Amino acid sequence: MIELKGLRKQFGEAVVLDGIDLTIKKGEIVVIIGPSGTGKSTLLRCVNFLEQPTAGEITVGDLTVDVNRARKADILELRRQTAFVFQNYALFANKTALENIAERLLVVDRWPKAKAHERAREILRRIGLEDKADAYPASMSGGQQQRVGIGRAMAAGAEVILFDEPTSSLDPEWVDEVLSLMKQLARERQTMLLVTHEMSFARDVADRVIFIDGGRIVEQGPPSEIFYHPRDPRTRDFLQKILATHQV
Amino acid sequence: MGALDVDYMLGLVPVLLGYLPLTLQLASVGMVLALILACLFAVIRVLRIPVLNQFTIIFISFFRGTPLLVQLFLFYYGLPQLFSALTVIDGITATIMGLTMHFSAYMAESIRAAIVGVDRSQTEAALSIGMTNGQLMRRIILPQATRVALPTLMNYFIDMIKATSLAFTLGVTELMGATQKEASGSFLYFEAFIVAAVMYWIVVEMLSWLQGNLETRLNKAYSR
Repeated sequence: MIELKGLRKQFGEAVVLDGIDLTIKKGEIVVIIGPSGTGKSTLLRCVNFLEQPTAGEITVGDLTVDVNRARKADILELRRQTAFVFQNYALFANKTALENIAERLLVVDRWPKAKAHERAREILRRIGLEDKADAYPASMSGGQQQRVGIGRAMAAGAEVILFDEPTSSLDPEWVDEVLSLMKQLARERQTMLLVTHEMSFARDVADRVIFIDGGRIVEQGPPSEIFYHPRDPRTRDFLQKILATHQV
Repeated sequence: MGALDVDYMLGLVPVLLGYLPLTLQLASVGMVLALILACLFAVIRVLRIPVLNQFTIIFISFFRGTPLLVQLFLFYYGLPQLFSALTVIDGITATIMGLTMHFSAYMAESIRAAIVGVDRSQTEAALSIGMTNGQLMRRIILPQATRVALPTLMNYFIDMIKATSLAFTLGVTELMGATQKEASGSFLYFEAFIVAAVMYWIVVEMLSWLQGNLETRLNKAYSR
């Protein structure tokens, strides 16, 4: 379970997150949508302190952190309990697919090498890239790299996986293989919090869709409600614009 | 044009070879010390550590902005004049000090650039899986920065080997100093210096070969 209470983020004078309250149950799949520049990515990045939040409280699993009193150890623990999938994959360029997945188990969880590699191989099987175990990121397609990126997040056994626009940098031909891997994770009831522009994914897979504008949650509910019966005019306006360009 | 005295040249080879170890020693000790200093400077610059950062900027500016020969004379002739305790500095020590500081200034900038050049998102990825800053540096940043910096660092090492020849101006009898002495005894300047030149050349060529091998190994991960 993760819970955010009154999460605020300011860059200087600019308020990017204006008090976000959000609870996500174990196994829930939550998609955040909203206009660009409204703090969707910042929200994800605040959850694991890639951005230092300005105020608020973050709970992940058994760990509750007041962001202004967070010690180094709290931040490391918070990051251990969460996993992150980046828009541009962000694989370690000096490590093979296998090593990218095993890295966290080896270095952060201090597993013995044989055990970490065995687990990494198992994940490679699940993401369908067994034959790429010894390939370096530079030799893989964008789709394969992002699947390894998701595999790296799976290795953690984290409470929640945070996806930050995981298909936005992909060539169209690779989007489907990444989405289908994400759907597979959703079927396994991996808790997921996603920022994405893939509206069909949100409609078909999400348990809950959250519309954010101006750093606040404007409206949230099951996809059928948000997509087909939005209450707030801002939600309606946004959906009209995005549905004109994206197929749902 | 007189004929070259080939016998003299062949006879000179073993004599000059005896001084090559000192040349290599000056260069390797200088290189190791310069690398340590340069890494320190680079990290100070990247992390912008207050006070040390400003000091480093001035240090680098001075040692890049003045000729090596001037720096060597400052260390060897200048410092003992100011601080009498430093009269014990011999030519070899002064040379190593000069080479270290001069080249660390150049190398610090290439190491800094190489560290900064590693894609920022990999830093975030490493932090996101719970790595500490130390683990991030050791396992992700430095291995990639080394590969980027290696060709430049090897070039500086090659440059440093040749720069050791300035030590003869401080009375150190290394390869260049020995050649100078031999030549002024025999008056066969061309023969003597061409033998010395070839020796420097061979050493540098061997290093270039080593550099090529190292680069191939380090580039393995990045070829498509």
